[in-house]
Amino acid sequence: VEGAMQTDAKIRTAGGTEPGPQGPGCSLRHFACEQNLLSRPDGSASFLQGVAEKSRERLIRNTCEAVVLGTLHPRTSITIVLQVVSDAGSLLACCLNAACIALVDAGVPMRALFCGVTCALDSDGTLVLDPTAKQEKEARAVLTFALDSVDQKLLMSTTKGLYSDAELQQCLAAAQAASQHVFRFYRESLQRRYSKS
Amino acid sequence: MAEAAAVAGESLGGGRARAARTVLGQVVLPGEELLLPEQEDADGPGGAGEQPLRLNAGARSRVRVVCGPGLRRCGDRLLVTKCGRLRHKEPSSGSGGGVYWVDSQQKRYVPVKGDHVIGIVTAKSGDTFKVDVGGSEPASLSYLAFEGATKRNRPNVQVGDLIYGQFVVANKDMEPEMVCIDSCGRANGMGVIGQDGLLFKVTLGLIRKLLAPDCEILQEVGKLYPLEIVFGMNGRIWVKAKTIQQTLILANILEACEHMTTEQRKQIFSRLAES
Repeated sequence: VEGAMQTDAKIRTAGGTEPGPQGPGCSLRHFACEQNLLSRPDGSASFLQGVAEKSRERLIRNTCEAVVLGTLHPRTSITIVLQVVSDAGSLLACCLNAACIALVDAGVPMRALFCGVTCALDSDGTLVLDPTAKQEKEARAVLTFALDSVDQKLLMSTTKGLYSDAELQQCLAAAQAASQHVFRFYRESLQRRYSKS
Repeated sequence: MAEAAAVAGESLGGGRARAARTVLGQVVLPGEELLLPEQEDADGPGGAGEQPLRLNAGARSRVRVVCGPGLRRCGDRLLVTKCGRLRHKEPSSGSGGGVYWVDSQQKRYVPVKGDHVIGIVTAKSGDTFKVDVGGSEPASLSYLAFEGATKRNRPNVQVGDLIYGQFVVANKDMEPEMVCIDSCGRANGMGVIGQDGLLFKVTLGLIRKLLAPDCEILQEVGKLYPLEIVFGMNGRIWVKAKTIQQTLILANILEACEHMTTEQRKQIFSRLAES
Protein backbone atom coordinates (compact mmCIF):
# COMPACT_ATOMS: atom_id res chain seq x y z
CA VAL A 1 0.00 0.00 0.00
CA GLU A 2 1.51 3.33 -0.92
CA GLY A 3 0.56 6.58 0.70
CA ALA A 4 1.11 9.59 -1.46
CA MET A 5 1.33 12.93 0.36
CA GLN A 6 0.92 15.72 -2.06
CA THR A 7 2.15 18.46 0.24
CA ASP A 8 4.66 18.24 3.03
CA ALA A 9 2.70 18.53 6.24
CA LYS A 10 5.82 19.40 8.23
CA ILE A 11 5.85 22.89 6.76
CA ARG A 12 3.35 25.02 8.61
CA THR A 13 3.06 28.46 7.12
CA ALA A 14 0.69 29.46 9.82
CA GLY A 15 2.29 32.86 10.44
CA GLY A 16 0.45 33.22 13.66
CA THR A 17 -2.99 33.48 12.14
CA GLU A 18 -4.24 29.95 12.75
CA PRO A 19 -4.29 28.73 16.33
CA GLY A 20 -2.64 25.34 16.81
CA PRO A 21 -3.73 22.76 19.37
CA GLN A 22 -3.67 24.58 22.68
CA GLY A 23 -4.90 22.83 25.76
CA PRO A 24 -8.22 21.02 26.17
CA GLY A 25 -10.87 21.75 23.60
CA CYS A 26 -8.16 22.39 21.00
CA SER A 27 -9.13 23.82 17.66
CA LEU A 28 -7.43 22.09 14.76
CA ARG A 29 -7.24 23.52 11.28
CA HIS A 30 -9.44 22.47 8.43
CA PHE A 31 -8.85 18.95 7.01
CA ALA A 32 -9.53 17.63 3.52
CA CYS A 33 -8.86 14.17 2.24
CA GLU A 34 -9.04 12.36 -1.07
CA GLN A 35 -8.66 8.62 -1.51
CA ASN A 36 -7.81 6.27 -4.34
CA LEU A 37 -6.25 8.98 -6.50
CA LEU A 38 -3.70 6.82 -8.27
CA SER A 39 -4.76 3.82 -10.27
CA ARG A 40 -1.51 1.82 -10.13
CA PRO A 41 -0.78 1.35 -6.41
CA ASP A 42 -3.10 -0.63 -4.21
CA GLY A 43 -4.09 2.45 -2.27
CA SER A 44 -3.29 6.15 -2.23
CA ALA A 45 -4.49 9.17 -0.36
CA SER A 46 -4.07 12.90 -0.31
CA PHE A 47 -4.37 14.73 2.98
CA LEU A 48 -4.66 18.47 3.28
CA GLN A 49 -4.25 20.24 6.60
CA GLY A 50 -4.91 23.91 6.87
CA VAL A 51 -5.71 26.37 4.18
CA ALA A 52 -2.17 27.71 3.82
CA GLU A 53 -1.01 24.63 1.91
CA LYS A 54 -3.56 25.29 -0.82
CA SER A 55 -2.30 28.80 -1.26
CA ARG A 56 1.17 27.54 -2.17
CA GLU A 57 -0.38 25.56 -5.01
CA ARG A 58 -2.39 28.58 -6.04
CA LEU A 59 0.75 30.74 -6.14
CA ILE A 60 2.59 28.26 -8.32
CA ARG A 61 -0.41 27.88 -10.58
CA ASN A 62 -0.84 31.61 -11.04
CA THR A 63 2.84 32.01 -11.88
CA CYS A 64 2.68 29.23 -14.48
CA GLU A 65 -0.51 30.62 -15.98
CA ALA A 66 1.17 33.97 -16.53
CA VAL A 67 3.99 32.39 -18.48
CA VAL A 68 2.54 29.39 -20.34
CA LEU A 69 0.98 30.12 -23.74
CA GLY A 70 -2.35 28.53 -22.93
CA THR A 71 -3.99 29.87 -26.06
CA LEU A 72 -2.09 27.29 -28.08
CA HIS A 73 -3.79 24.47 -26.19
CA PRO A 74 -7.45 25.28 -25.66
CA ARG A 75 -9.70 22.75 -23.89
CA THR A 76 -6.60 21.09 -22.49
CA SER A 77 -5.47 20.81 -18.90
CA ILE A 78 -1.80 20.98 -18.00
CA THR A 79 -1.12 19.28 -14.67
CA ILE A 80 2.04 19.83 -12.67
CA VAL A 81 2.76 17.36 -9.88
CA LEU A 82 5.40 18.43 -7.36
CA GLN A 83 6.75 15.94 -4.82
CA VAL A 84 8.89 17.21 -1.98
CA VAL A 85 11.90 14.93 -1.63
CA SER A 86 13.54 16.94 1.14
CA ASP A 87 12.98 20.41 2.52
CA ALA A 88 16.00 22.47 3.52
CA GLY A 89 14.37 25.89 3.42
CA SER A 90 13.15 28.06 0.52
CA LEU A 91 10.62 25.40 -0.40
CA LEU A 92 8.34 27.58 -2.52
CA ALA A 93 11.25 28.93 -4.56
CA CYS A 94 12.45 25.38 -5.16
CA CYS A 95 8.95 24.32 -6.26
CA LEU A 96 8.80 27.20 -8.72
CA ASN A 97 12.17 26.29 -10.21
CA ALA A 98 11.17 22.65 -10.51
CA ALA A 99 7.89 23.56 -12.17
CA CYS A 100 9.65 25.76 -14.72
CA ILE A 101 12.17 23.13 -15.74
CA ALA A 102 9.45 20.48 -15.90
CA LEU A 103 7.40 22.64 -18.25
CA VAL A 104 10.45 23.17 -20.47
CA ASP A 105 11.17 19.44 -20.43
CA ALA A 106 7.61 18.65 -21.47
CA GLY A 107 7.80 21.05 -24.40
CA VAL A 108 4.95 23.24 -23.22
CA PRO A 109 5.20 26.55 -25.12
CA MET A 110 6.11 29.42 -22.80
CA ARG A 111 6.66 33.11 -23.31
CA ALA A 112 9.54 33.23 -20.81
CA LEU A 113 11.24 31.18 -18.12
CA PHE A 114 10.65 31.93 -14.46
CA CYS A 115 12.44 31.27 -11.20
CA GLY A 116 11.76 31.62 -7.51
CA VAL A 117 14.01 33.40 -5.01
CA THR A 118 13.50 33.59 -1.25
CA CYS A 119 14.81 36.38 1.01
CA ALA A 120 14.86 36.36 4.78
CA LEU A 121 15.24 39.44 6.96
CA ASP A 122 16.53 38.78 10.45
CA SER A 123 16.04 40.98 13.47
CA ASP A 124 19.08 43.17 12.63
CA GLY A 125 17.71 43.87 9.19
CA THR A 126 20.35 41.73 7.48
CA LEU A 127 19.20 40.27 4.21
CA VAL A 128 19.83 36.57 3.60
CA LEU A 129 19.10 35.10 0.19
CA ASP A 130 18.00 31.48 -0.14
CA PRO A 131 17.71 30.92 3.63
CA THR A 132 17.94 27.52 5.27
CA ALA A 133 15.01 26.19 7.28
CA LYS A 134 16.62 27.39 10.51
CA GLN A 135 17.20 30.88 9.12
CA GLU A 136 13.61 31.03 7.90
CA LYS A 137 12.27 30.10 11.31
CA GLU A 138 14.36 32.72 13.12
CA ALA A 139 13.81 35.47 10.57
CA ARG A 140 11.60 38.45 11.23
CA ALA A 141 10.28 38.34 7.64
CA VAL A 142 10.47 35.86 4.76
CA LEU A 143 9.74 37.06 1.24
CA THR A 144 9.49 34.85 -1.84
CA PHE A 145 9.46 36.28 -5.35
CA ALA A 146 8.89 34.73 -8.77
CA LEU A 147 10.75 36.56 -11.53
CA ASP A 148 10.66 36.10 -15.28
CA SER A 149 13.69 35.68 -17.47
CA VAL A 150 13.14 38.43 -20.02
CA ASP A 151 13.32 41.58 -17.89
CA GLN A 152 13.45 40.09 -14.38
CA LYS A 153 9.88 41.33 -13.97
CA LEU A 154 8.03 40.37 -10.83
CA LEU A 155 5.45 37.65 -11.53
CA MET A 156 4.45 36.70 -8.00
CA SER A 157 5.37 37.65 -4.47
CA THR A 158 4.37 36.18 -1.16
CA THR A 159 5.58 37.52 2.12
CA LYS A 160 5.28 36.67 5.79
CA GLY A 161 6.37 38.83 8.72
CA LEU A 162 7.20 42.48 9.36
CA TYR A 163 9.27 44.59 7.00
CA SER A 164 9.42 48.18 5.85
CA ASP A 165 8.81 49.49 2.39
CA ALA A 166 12.50 50.20 1.84
CA GLU A 167 13.38 46.69 2.93
CA LEU A 168 10.89 45.30 0.43
CA GLN A 169 12.57 47.20 -2.39
CA GLN A 170 15.97 46.06 -1.19
CA CYS A 171 14.88 42.43 -1.11
CA LEU A 172 13.33 42.70 -4.55
CA ALA A 173 16.52 44.16 -6.00
CA ALA A 174 18.60 41.44 -4.38
CA ALA A 175 16.23 38.79 -5.71
CA GLN A 176 16.45 40.20 -9.21
CA ALA A 177 20.23 40.05 -9.09
CA ALA A 178 20.10 36.50 -7.72
CA SER A 179 17.71 35.38 -10.44
CA GLN A 180 20.46 35.95 -12.99
CA HIS A 181 22.43 33.16 -11.35
CA VAL A 182 19.44 30.86 -11.46
CA PHE A 183 18.81 31.58 -15.13
CA ARG A 184 22.46 31.02 -15.91
CA PHE A 185 22.19 27.64 -14.22
CA TYR A 186 19.07 26.84 -16.26
CA ARG A 187 20.94 27.69 -19.44
CA GLU A 188 23.92 25.55 -18.55
CA SER A 189 21.89 22.52 -17.59
CA LEU A 190 19.68 22.76 -20.67
CA GLN A 191 22.73 23.13 -22.88
CA ARG A 192 24.25 20.09 -21.27
CA ARG A 193 21.12 18.13 -22.02
CA TYR A 194 21.13 19.07 -25.67
CA SER A 195 24.84 18.52 -26.07
CA LYS A 196 24.39 14.82 -25.43
CA SER A 197 22.27 14.28 -28.53
CA MET B 1 28.89 44.12 -40.73
CA ALA B 2 28.59 44.42 -36.99
CA GLU B 3 25.77 42.46 -35.47
CA ALA B 4 23.10 44.09 -33.42
CA ALA B 5 23.95 42.57 -30.07
CA ALA B 6 26.88 40.53 -28.92
CA VAL B 7 26.22 36.95 -27.95
CA ALA B 8 28.41 37.07 -24.84
CA GLY B 9 26.79 38.21 -21.64
CA GLU B 10 25.45 36.47 -18.66
CA SER B 11 21.84 37.62 -18.69
CA LEU B 12 19.42 35.53 -20.66
CA GLY B 13 18.08 38.29 -22.81
CA GLY B 14 17.53 41.32 -20.71
CA GLY B 15 15.56 42.87 -23.53
CA ARG B 16 18.41 42.50 -26.01
CA ALA B 17 17.47 40.59 -29.13
CA ARG B 18 20.11 38.60 -30.95
CA ALA B 19 20.40 38.11 -34.66
CA ALA B 20 18.95 34.75 -35.67
CA ARG B 21 21.92 34.00 -37.88
CA THR B 22 24.39 34.18 -35.02
CA VAL B 23 22.41 31.73 -32.92
CA LEU B 24 21.95 28.97 -35.49
CA GLY B 25 22.75 25.56 -34.04
CA GLN B 26 22.88 26.86 -30.47
CA VAL B 27 20.49 26.10 -27.67
CA VAL B 28 17.85 28.82 -27.30
CA LEU B 29 15.54 29.25 -24.32
CA PRO B 30 11.93 30.43 -24.10
CA GLY B 31 11.66 34.18 -23.88
CA GLU B 32 14.54 35.02 -26.17
CA GLU B 33 13.88 37.31 -29.08
CA LEU B 34 15.55 36.87 -32.43
CA LEU B 35 16.13 39.45 -35.12
CA LEU B 36 15.64 38.49 -38.73
CA PRO B 37 18.39 39.23 -41.22
CA GLU B 38 16.50 42.14 -42.72
CA GLN B 39 16.39 43.99 -39.42
CA GLU B 40 20.06 43.82 -38.62
CA ASP B 41 20.78 46.65 -41.01
CA ALA B 42 18.35 48.91 -39.19
CA ASP B 43 19.78 48.30 -35.73
CA GLY B 44 23.29 48.92 -37.00
CA PRO B 45 26.40 50.03 -35.21
CA GLY B 46 24.92 53.45 -34.62
CA GLY B 47 22.44 51.89 -32.23
CA ALA B 48 19.97 53.80 -30.10
CA GLY B 49 17.55 54.24 -32.98
CA GLU B 50 19.88 55.98 -35.40
CA GLN B 51 19.17 54.87 -38.91
CA PRO B 52 20.63 56.00 -42.19
CA LEU B 53 18.18 58.21 -44.01
CA ARG B 54 16.59 56.36 -46.89
CA LEU B 55 16.30 58.36 -50.08
CA ASN B 56 13.85 56.06 -51.81
CA ALA B 57 10.36 56.30 -50.45
CA GLY B 58 9.54 52.81 -51.57
CA ALA B 59 9.09 49.97 -49.09
CA ARG B 60 12.16 48.10 -47.97
CA SER B 61 12.62 44.78 -49.67
CA ARG B 62 10.84 42.38 -47.36
CA VAL B 63 12.08 38.87 -46.86
CA ARG B 64 9.35 36.37 -46.12
CA VAL B 65 10.49 34.01 -43.41
CA VAL B 66 8.49 31.00 -42.27
CA CYS B 67 8.16 30.62 -38.51
CA GLY B 68 8.35 26.92 -37.62
CA PRO B 69 7.69 24.96 -34.42
CA GLY B 70 8.95 26.57 -31.27
CA LEU B 71 8.88 30.12 -32.62
CA ARG B 72 6.19 32.77 -32.66
CA ARG B 73 6.01 36.09 -34.40
CA CYS B 74 6.20 38.93 -31.91
CA GLY B 75 6.00 42.28 -33.64
CA ASP B 76 8.63 41.98 -36.33
CA ARG B 77 10.83 39.68 -34.29
CA LEU B 78 10.71 36.00 -33.48
CA LEU B 79 9.96 34.93 -29.93
CA VAL B 80 11.32 31.55 -28.86
CA THR B 81 8.68 29.50 -27.02
CA LYS B 82 10.44 26.14 -26.61
CA CYS B 83 13.92 25.10 -25.58
CA GLY B 84 16.08 23.50 -28.25
CA ARG B 85 18.56 24.11 -31.04
CA LEU B 86 17.74 26.79 -33.56
CA ARG B 87 17.73 25.51 -37.16
CA HIS B 88 17.35 27.19 -40.50
CA LYS B 89 16.65 25.89 -43.96
CA GLU B 90 17.30 27.93 -47.06
CA PRO B 91 14.38 28.18 -49.47
CA SER B 92 14.63 25.79 -52.38
CA SER B 93 12.95 28.03 -54.92
CA GLY B 94 14.96 31.19 -54.38
CA SER B 95 12.40 33.65 -53.03
CA GLY B 96 11.69 34.06 -49.36
CA GLY B 97 13.99 33.83 -46.39
CA GLY B 98 13.61 30.15 -45.63
CA VAL B 99 12.31 28.46 -42.51
CA TYR B 100 13.48 28.89 -38.94
CA TRP B 101 12.50 26.40 -36.27
CA VAL B 102 13.54 25.06 -32.88
CA ASP B 103 14.61 21.42 -32.70
CA SER B 104 13.34 20.38 -29.28
CA GLN B 105 13.22 17.04 -27.47
CA GLN B 106 9.71 16.25 -26.46
CA LYS B 107 7.66 13.18 -25.61
CA ARG B 108 4.21 14.64 -26.02
CA TYR B 109 2.76 14.82 -29.53
CA VAL B 110 0.60 17.68 -30.80
CA PRO B 111 -1.28 16.86 -34.05
CA VAL B 112 -0.03 18.67 -37.12
CA LYS B 113 -1.68 18.64 -40.53
CA GLY B 114 0.06 16.36 -42.97
CA ASP B 115 1.87 14.24 -40.38
CA HIS B 116 1.78 10.47 -40.80
CA VAL B 117 0.96 8.81 -37.48
CA ILE B 118 0.17 5.43 -36.00
CA GLY B 119 -3.13 5.40 -34.12
CA ILE B 120 -5.03 2.84 -32.10
CA VAL B 121 -8.76 2.50 -32.79
CA THR B 122 -10.61 3.05 -29.53
CA ALA B 123 -14.24 3.31 -30.59
CA LYS B 124 -16.58 2.91 -33.52
CA SER B 125 -19.39 5.43 -33.55
CA GLY B 126 -21.68 5.32 -36.56
CA ASP B 127 -19.66 6.14 -39.64
CA THR B 128 -16.45 7.22 -37.96
CA PHE B 129 -13.79 5.61 -35.84
CA LYS B 130 -12.18 7.32 -32.88
CA VAL B 131 -8.42 6.83 -33.04
CA ASP B 132 -6.01 7.51 -30.19
CA VAL B 133 -2.95 9.27 -31.60
CA GLY B 134 -1.31 10.37 -28.37
CA GLY B 135 -2.60 13.93 -28.45
CA SER B 136 -5.06 15.61 -26.14
CA GLU B 137 -8.10 14.41 -28.12
CA PRO B 138 -8.75 11.26 -30.16
CA ALA B 139 -8.78 11.82 -33.91
CA SER B 140 -11.76 10.91 -36.03
CA LEU B 141 -11.40 8.64 -39.07
CA SER B 142 -14.25 8.14 -41.50
CA TYR B 143 -14.84 4.63 -42.83
CA LEU B 144 -14.87 6.03 -46.36
CA ALA B 145 -11.29 7.27 -46.00
CA PHE B 146 -9.77 3.94 -47.01
CA GLU B 147 -8.75 2.85 -50.48
CA GLY B 148 -11.63 1.21 -52.30
CA ALA B 149 -14.13 1.84 -49.52
CA THR B 150 -17.73 2.54 -50.42
CA LYS B 151 -20.94 2.58 -48.43
CA ARG B 152 -21.49 -1.08 -49.31
CA ASN B 153 -17.86 -2.15 -49.11
CA ARG B 154 -16.78 -1.20 -45.60
CA PRO B 155 -13.20 -1.62 -44.44
CA ASN B 156 -12.50 -4.35 -41.92
CA VAL B 157 -11.43 -2.28 -38.91
CA GLN B 158 -12.02 -3.41 -35.34
CA VAL B 159 -11.49 -1.68 -32.01
CA GLY B 160 -7.87 -2.19 -30.99
CA ASP B 161 -6.47 -2.24 -34.53
CA LEU B 162 -3.44 -0.17 -35.46
CA ILE B 163 -3.93 2.40 -38.20
CA TYR B 164 -1.29 4.27 -40.17
CA GLY B 165 -2.74 7.46 -41.61
CA GLN B 166 -2.20 11.17 -42.03
CA PHE B 167 -3.97 14.23 -40.68
CA VAL B 168 -6.12 16.33 -42.96
CA VAL B 169 -7.40 18.61 -40.21
CA ALA B 170 -5.24 19.34 -37.21
CA ASN B 171 -5.39 22.65 -35.42
CA LYS B 172 -5.89 23.76 -31.87
CA ASP B 173 -9.54 24.68 -32.32
CA MET B 174 -10.97 21.55 -33.92
CA GLU B 175 -10.96 17.84 -33.33
CA PRO B 176 -8.21 16.29 -35.47
CA GLU B 177 -9.30 14.25 -38.49
CA MET B 178 -7.22 11.64 -40.22
CA VAL B 179 -7.49 9.62 -43.41
CA CYS B 180 -5.83 6.54 -44.85
CA ILE B 181 -5.71 7.68 -48.46
CA ASP B 182 -3.67 10.35 -50.16
CA SER B 183 -5.06 13.15 -52.30
CA CYS B 184 -5.29 10.84 -55.33
CA GLY B 185 -7.38 8.26 -53.49
CA ARG B 186 -4.57 5.66 -53.22
CA ALA B 187 -3.56 4.03 -49.96
CA ASN B 188 0.17 4.59 -50.47
CA GLY B 189 1.12 2.37 -47.54
CA MET B 190 -1.54 3.70 -45.18
CA GLY B 191 -4.38 1.75 -43.65
CA VAL B 192 -4.68 -1.00 -41.08
CA ILE B 193 -1.36 -2.39 -39.91
CA GLY B 194 -1.21 -6.18 -40.02
CA GLN B 195 -1.25 -8.77 -37.28
CA ASP B 196 1.54 -9.41 -34.78
CA GLY B 197 4.50 -7.14 -34.40
CA LEU B 198 5.18 -4.78 -31.51
CA LEU B 199 4.17 -1.16 -31.00
CA PHE B 200 6.32 0.94 -28.68
CA LYS B 201 6.81 4.58 -27.89
CA VAL B 202 9.91 6.75 -28.27
CA THR B 203 10.55 10.48 -28.13
CA LEU B 204 9.61 12.67 -31.07
CA GLY B 205 13.19 13.76 -31.60
CA LEU B 206 14.32 10.17 -32.13
CA ILE B 207 11.65 9.61 -34.79
CA ARG B 208 12.79 12.68 -36.67
CA LYS B 209 16.39 11.51 -36.41
CA LEU B 210 15.52 8.05 -37.72
CA LEU B 211 13.50 9.45 -40.59
CA ALA B 212 16.21 11.86 -41.68
CA PRO B 213 17.48 11.04 -45.16
CA ASP B 214 21.05 10.34 -44.06
CA CYS B 215 20.31 8.12 -41.08
CA GLU B 216 22.60 5.12 -40.85
CA ILE B 217 20.80 3.45 -37.98
CA LEU B 218 18.01 2.20 -40.19
CA GLN B 219 20.38 0.76 -42.78
CA GLU B 220 22.32 -1.08 -40.09
CA VAL B 221 19.13 -2.44 -38.56
CA GLY B 222 18.00 -3.64 -41.97
CA LYS B 223 21.22 -5.59 -42.44
CA LEU B 224 20.75 -7.30 -39.10
CA TYR B 225 17.40 -9.06 -39.58
CA PRO B 226 14.69 -8.84 -42.23
CA LEU B 227 11.95 -6.72 -40.74
CA GLU B 228 8.87 -4.61 -41.33
CA ILE B 229 8.81 -1.27 -39.64
CA VAL B 230 6.40 1.66 -39.51
CA PHE B 231 7.28 5.04 -37.98
CA GLY B 232 4.60 7.38 -36.70
CA MET B 233 5.44 11.03 -36.18
CA ASN B 234 3.58 10.80 -32.88
CA GLY B 235 6.47 8.91 -31.36
CA ARG B 236 5.16 5.40 -32.07
CA ILE B 237 7.08 2.68 -33.90
CA TRP B 238 5.66 -0.66 -35.02
CA VAL B 239 8.16 -3.36 -35.79
CA LYS B 240 7.83 -6.98 -36.89
CA ALA B 241 10.55 -9.55 -37.48
CA LYS B 242 10.48 -13.31 -38.09
CA THR B 243 10.52 -14.35 -34.43
CA ILE B 244 9.36 -12.67 -31.25
CA GLN B 245 12.90 -12.61 -29.89
CA GLN B 246 14.21 -10.72 -32.92
CA THR B 247 11.31 -8.28 -32.66
CA LEU B 248 12.11 -7.56 -29.03
CA ILE B 249 15.81 -7.11 -29.79
CA LEU B 250 14.99 -4.60 -32.52
CA ALA B 251 12.62 -2.71 -30.24
CA ASN B 252 15.26 -2.49 -27.52
CA ILE B 253 17.90 -1.29 -29.97
CA LEU B 254 15.68 1.45 -31.35
CA GLU B 255 14.69 2.64 -27.89
CA ALA B 256 18.31 2.70 -26.76
CA CYS B 257 19.51 4.52 -29.87
CA GLU B 258 18.56 7.79 -28.32
CA HIS B 259 21.18 7.58 -25.61
CA MET B 260 23.96 5.72 -27.36
CA THR B 261 26.84 7.23 -29.23
CA THR B 262 27.74 5.97 -32.68
CA GLU B 263 30.58 3.75 -31.42
CA GLN B 264 28.44 2.04 -28.79
CA ARG B 265 25.81 1.38 -31.40
CA LYS B 266 28.27 -0.15 -33.85
CA GLN B 267 29.60 -2.39 -31.07
CA ILE B 268 26.15 -3.65 -30.23
CA PHE B 269 25.30 -4.29 -33.87
CA SER B 270 28.50 -6.23 -34.48
CA ARG B 271 27.91 -8.31 -31.37
CA LEU B 272 24.39 -9.14 -32.49
CA ALA B 273 25.48 -9.95 -36.01
CA GLU B 274 27.92 -12.51 -34.69
CA SER B 275 25.41 -14.33 -32.49
